[in-house]
This record gives sequence, structure tokens and C-alpha cells, in this order.
Amino acid sequence: MYLRLDGIAKSFPGVLANCGISLEVDRGEIHALLGENGAGKSTLMKVLYGFYQPDAGTISVDGARLDLRSPSDAIRAGIGMVFQSFMLIPAFSVVENIALALPRLGVVPDTAEIRERVRQYGARYGLTVDPDAKVWQLSVGEQQRVEIIKLLVSGARILILDEPTSVLAPHEIRGLFEILQTLRRDGYTILFITHKLKEVMAIADRITVLRKGSVVGTLSRDKATEQDLAYMLLGERELRTDTFSRRGRADGARPVLELESVSVPGERGRCGLAGVSLSLHGGEILGVAGVTGNGQTELGEAILGLRRAAHGRILLDGVDVSHATTARMLEAGVACIPEDPLRMGVAPGLTIAENMILTERRRFMPRGGLFTDWRAIRRAIEERIENFGLTIPRLTVPVGTLSGGNVQRLLLLRELSRRPKLLVTFYPTRGLDIAATRMAHELLMMARNGGAAILLISEDLDELLDLSDRLVVFSRGAIVGAFRPGEIDTVDIGLLMTGAKRHEWHDSPASPIPAS
Amino acid sequence: MARLARLADSRLLIPVRLLGLTALAFVAVGVFLLLFGKNPLAAYRAIFAGAFGSTYGLSEVVVRAIPLMLCAAATAIPARIGLLNVGGEGQLHAGAMAATWGALTLGFLPRAALLPGLVALGLLGGAAAALVPAVLRWAAGVNETISTLLLNYVIVLLVEYVVRGPWKDPMSYNWPFTPEFSDSARLGLYWGTRIHAGLWFALVAIALFYFVLRRTRWGYEVRVIGDNPEAAVRAGIPLGRYILLTMCAGGALAGLAGMAEVCAIQSRLRPGISTGFGYTGFLVSWLALHHPLGIVAMAVLLGVLSVGGDQVQISLGLPYATVNIIMALIFFVVLGSRFRAARTA
Repeated sequence: MYLRLDGIAKSFPGVLANCGISLEVDRGEIHALLGENGAGKSTLMKVLYGFYQPDAGTISVDGARLDLRSPSDAIRAGIGMVFQSFMLIPAFSVVENIALALPRLGVVPDTAEIRERVRQYGARYGLTVDPDAKVWQLSVGEQQRVEIIKLLVSGARILILDEPTSVLAPHEIRGLFEILQTLRRDGYTILFITHKLKEVMAIADRITVLRKGSVVGTLSRDKATEQDLAYMLLGERELRTDTFSRRGRADGARPVLELESVSVPGERGRCGLAGVSLSLHGGEILGVAGVTGNGQTELGEAILGLRRAAHGRILLDGVDVSHATTARMLEAGVACIPEDPLRMGVAPGLTIAENMILTERRRFMPRGGLFTDWRAIRRAIEERIENFGLTIPRLTVPVGTLSGGNVQRLLLLRELSRRPKLLVTFYPTRGLDIAATRMAHELLMMARNGGAAILLISEDLDELLDLSDRLVVFSRGAIVGAFRPGEIDTVDIGLLMTGAKRHEWHDSPASPIPAS
Repeated sequence: MARLARLADSRLLIPVRLLGLTALAFVAVGVFLLLFGKNPLAAYRAIFAGAFGSTYGLSEVVVRAIPLMLCAAATAIPARIGLLNVGGEGQLHAGAMAATWGALTLGFLPRAALLPGLVALGLLGGAAAALVPAVLRWAAGVNETISTLLLNYVIVLLVEYVVRGPWKDPMSYNWPFTPEFSDSARLGLYWGTRIHAGLWFALVAIALFYFVLRRTRWGYEVRVIGDNPEAAVRAGIPLGRYILLTMCAGGALAGLAGMAEVCAIQSRLRPGISTGFGYTGFLVSWLALHHPLGIVAMAVLLGVLSVGGDQVQISLGLPYATVNIIMALIFFVVLGSRFRAARTA
């Protein structure tokens, strides 16, 4: 065996993240680590990358035992890792970022040589990227390629990729898989962290499933089925396919939200919005498909009053709100699940209770909130949480200590219990595991059936097709197609998203989308 | 070991940690004193004897802690939304100047009418001085650290100008100060010491700070901004309004310290009404981690050092700078440990 992890144990205060995990990986193998959030995949890989010191256990490569005290030890041993959030400096060019990763960087870096190596790797493995572009100008997929080139240039032979597909569009995922296969052919060993069964079946040679910090089993791909893996992943929990009870909506009513050829200038080389018209009724989910950075952020922020539209009008219940402040939009019953919940939706240093009232401050703290009774607020929050059938740890814990999935759950709970008339939700299940995703979908469907209008911005095409009543596809800040879920499949949507294909689409502000 | 580390991180132990770090700073200074052939123990004994050895010493500690508490609040309030107000010194002088104007032009009023007016003027003067950098920050994104710092020089020089020019006491034989205030403009002194009514201002201000922060919606919104401005904006919290509000509230309290200095201690405006209270208050606030109760404790500690500093000059022939070095080292050690904690967290 080439790489061997033996009995790795690692605990954090109150959590046993890895309890005696053993793992063997062959040279030139793509090995998938499959597990729900909190199963210990990332912790295990961070131990291998020298980021964490294990409490017990050994790591060896090629029979030689390694003592990894820091990531630089790991890099010297030929182990490299691409984190979920990239470690790139946005203001630097690709070459400059890669120079930073070189083990022996001269006082005056030989940029010509680095540029040449970037070209070579690019040509060999399909890692095409402009060496002189600034990182902030690159798409997420390109940034990921830069991260991989960084590893190759620094001499890594074992590549750890932490949920590399969570930020990519479907066609980009296919591109990444091609790159990984070429790397495997050249003898690189790849550890691939994910919780998506389809990806595992598409790319992995062997699969190790983790649950609650332990190995459930290791399978080779030919012997595995999605069913088996799902069972191993979730344990004895009941497996159920997603079927939603969908209540029909009242027709003829005035739309909750209307956009009339709204344009928003893009920032920092992004595309902004270019004359978007759409309408959304209560009790309806309108899916917005598109590769990240094609105007979805601008769309959501324009509706929320965080950005001003340069042209066009935004109507809420028929009232022009193009110039309303965010505070007014929230009061008018607009809610949002932002794309990065921890960064945009909560104050991580404040407690759960304090965060749960963030968008309903006036209700919980009337009259300026003089003499706020936090105990009473906590009781009210507890009641809400129980009504939703959730279990949440103590309300006096800072939100920053919760897992990403739990933060997302709290946000959904907070915004949905306000009974919003319009919910704008960005990637509501990005980074969530199977169980949490199912819960999020059920909550959204519940809100829809309760009469809320939901704008569902997502990259997950299966999610969009499952949940949406209608679907629009975004590319370069404009709508390039509008459908009902039954009318189109994921491949066609993917082609539209990437601008490879244009749909017959006539823009007419009067009836932007055939309403029903 | 891990358990110990967790203990050290718990909030309750922050005071204990601060105390330990302060002690560390004293040890470091002691090494320096030894190198220069002075007995550190004797120096420290002199400092603490100066501060605690007599009623006078004790009362002087309180006298100095008053402006320190107010100036620390001037730093701490904006710091709660992530703004660095280094302008306490200037805001203090602006408050002193505004109060002086009132005392000189309205001195004929009875005390019961004049004093509340002077308090209001002190607050307004300090708030006005803070309003300038606040507006610049809000409207144009000008870094408030730089603008408040630079404005200090402007305002202190303005004081120099008025006491040599328009407001100069004609009877002063060319000394740069204003005429003495009338009795009705004087804040009461207590117990035959120089402790004055500013003490109540400071304690009430600190208590209010604590109450507003914990038990009102405004305090809640301030804490959200301080923790995550982006989430605050997305939740419809008016960031600009809070920039103006916290800066002006802070400036007002520093201005009140200035009012108390001229109305209780000096009875007139003159250069040097503050021995760097604004800057030392900044230090107090950071040492206290911008916590109201910590501010009271740290203001007293630095008051002790400052009174004791007078003593080491007299009894040991050490320069007053010894005390400045101790303060600076405490600051370094405490901030250093904070950054380390933030990095390892």
C-alpha cells in the first residue's frame, strides 16, 4: 500500500471527530471519502495534511512513517490539499499566487520560468488558465485549477480535494473529472472528499464511507451501488425518495414580485443584470438556474434593496419598491437566505437566541427595546424551534460554534417563521448533507404551500427541477430561457447556463413569463 | 493541559488573565530597572505607597481615573462597531473649550441654571469634534483612526490660540489662560479632596453604556454590527446612522471629561489641562477589551500608576517615563496575548 493511515483519532472539546480511522490508498488511485457533514472527513484529511495533530495513530507513505507537525511538513512529504474555501490572494496574478507556493522561492522570483511551468501543466492536464490574470477576475472553476497547479508545482504526489465540486456548475464538474483522470494516469494519488453519491460513482476507484468519525466500510466502485452507499452513509435511518405534496395556487391574483427590465451594473468585472423581467406569484417557487457569477447575486441584492437598479422597476405587491431600503423590504415581508450564511446571515460571535431575532428586532424589542428581557425572548425562540420539530443546542451558545448545516437550518427557521410573503434563497442546500438537504427542501415546500412566493437561486439542477414550479436560466446577467420543469432536462439547462446554446426567448415586459 | 487551555479561554477568567499579564509587564520593567542599577521593588513600593499610602494619594487616583473612564468610554463605544476613535484628547479639549465659552459668557447665571448648561456644552463640544471624522467616514470612507488622531493636534492648537488670543485673561500678565470662572460655574469638590462631581458623570456614563449595550435594541444592533457588519446591513440595520451615533456618543463623553477638568480642577481653560487623558483612556479601553466594568478597573489601575509615577520621581530620582514604560508594556503584553488567542482560535 502506498498511503496508509492507521488508527487516527482526533477529538475537539466535546466532539470526537475521528475515532480510530484506518485507510489504505494505492498509488495512482482516486479514492473517495464519502460522509455526511460532521462525519469526520475533513478532520481526517486535515490530519493527513499536517493541519491537525492526531491524538493517536500513524501515517505512512511508501512504508516510511511520517511525522507531520505542520502543512509544510506535509508538502515536503509530497502531500497537498485544496481547501473548500480557496487559499488564494485575489489581488495577485496567477503566477504570483503560484510563486507563493514554491518551496524555494528566490529573492527575485523567476516569473518567466513559473509562467512556463503553468503553461506546461495547463497543456498536459487540461488545467487551462491565463497565468497573468488576477485571481479575482477568475471564475471559481479557474481558481480551483490554480489551486491544483499550485499543488503540482510544489511537488505534491498525493492530492487532497475537500468537496471540490460544491462550487462548480455541472459542466465544470465534468471538466474537473477529466483533469483528475489525467492526473491519475500520471501516477498522482487523489483523495476526494464529498457527500454526493453521483460524483463518487462517476470518478472514484474506491470509496470509503465514514459515519460519526468511524469507517463504515471501503468498497471498490464496481461493487458499489448508489443504494448501498446511501445506506452506509445514513445508517439505519429510513431512506425515502423526495416526493412533495404540492398544493395548487390560486390563479389570476396579482404577482407578489415583478421585475420590469431591471438592470444593475456589475462590480469588479462581474456581469451585473442586463434588463431582467420576471414575475412571481404567491404559492409558487421560481427556480433561477445559472453558473455562479452570472447575475444571480445582483438579482437577489436588487430585490432586497442592497443594490440600486440603474434601469427598470421592481414591484412588490404592485407597489414600486425600486428605491426602498433593506429595512423597509424586510418589514414588507421579504426574507432572504444568503449564499454564505455564516458570513452574510448571522453574527457568529452572538448567541443563537440573539441571532434568531436579527430580522425581527422590532417585534422582539419594541419601544427601542428598553429593558429587553432576554429570558422571555429565549422562551419564545424555543417555542418556535419546537413548532418546527427541530432540536437545537442551548440558545446561549455562540452561533459561530455551530456546523454550517446547523447555521443554515437556523436561518431557514428564522426566516420562515416570519411567514414572509417573498423568500429569496441562494443555494439553500450548498454544503448541506443529505438529511439536512431533505429538511431544507421540505421547509421550502411547506412555505410555498403556505402561500409564500419563493425565488430559488441554485446551481443544483436536480434541486431546481424537483422544487420549482417554473424555471428561468441565467447567463451573463440575462434570462436565456424559461421553462416548466417537465419541459427540459439537466443537459439542456447546463448548455443554456454556459451560453453554449440559446433558447427561443422573446423578451416582453408585459407578460415576462407565461404565467400558468 | 488541554483542560487548562480551555479554562484559560473561559470568559470568567479574563480578569485573572489580565491580572497575570499585568504582573508580567511589571516583571519586565523590573528587569530594566535592575539593568540601570535601580531596585525595582523599591520603585514599585514607591509607586503603590504614593497611590495608597495616604488619603491624598488615594483621592488623586480617583481624580485621575475620572477623565480616564470617560475617555475610555469614548474609545469603547465606537470600538463596539469596529471604529477606532483615537481622538479622545481632541474631543476632551473641544468639550473643555465649549464649557469655557459657556462659563465666560453666561457666568452671571445662578449655579442651578449654569452647571447643567455647561454639562450640555461639554457633551456637545466633544460630540461636534467627533462628528467631523464620523461624517468623513460615513460619507467618504475616510479612515477614522487617522482623522481622529490628526484632529487632536488641530483642537489642542485651537485651545492654545484662544487662551493666548480672544479669551486671554487681561489680568494674567501674559500667562496663557482665560479668566477664572465664576463660582456658579464650579463643580463641587468632595471631602476636602480634589475628587469632584465628574466622578458621578463617569460612573453614570459607564453604567448607561453597559445598560444600553445589553438591554436595548440599539445596543443589540451595535453588537451585531461589531460582530458582522455585512450581516447587519443585510438585516436592515442602518450602519451609517450608527457610525455617527457611536462616534458622537463617545466624543460627548470625552468632552464631558474636558468640561469636568476645567470646571472642577482648573477653574479656567489653559494649555495642558489634560496630561494625555485621551490617549491613556484609549489604552484603558483596549486593556479592558472595551468592556464597561473592565474600564472602571483599568482606569483605577492606570490612575494608580500615574499618581505613583509622581512619587518615583521624588523618592528615587527615576523619570516619570518609568511609568509610561510600564503602561506601554502592559498594553503590549495584553494586546499581544489577544492577537495570539485570536490566531490560535
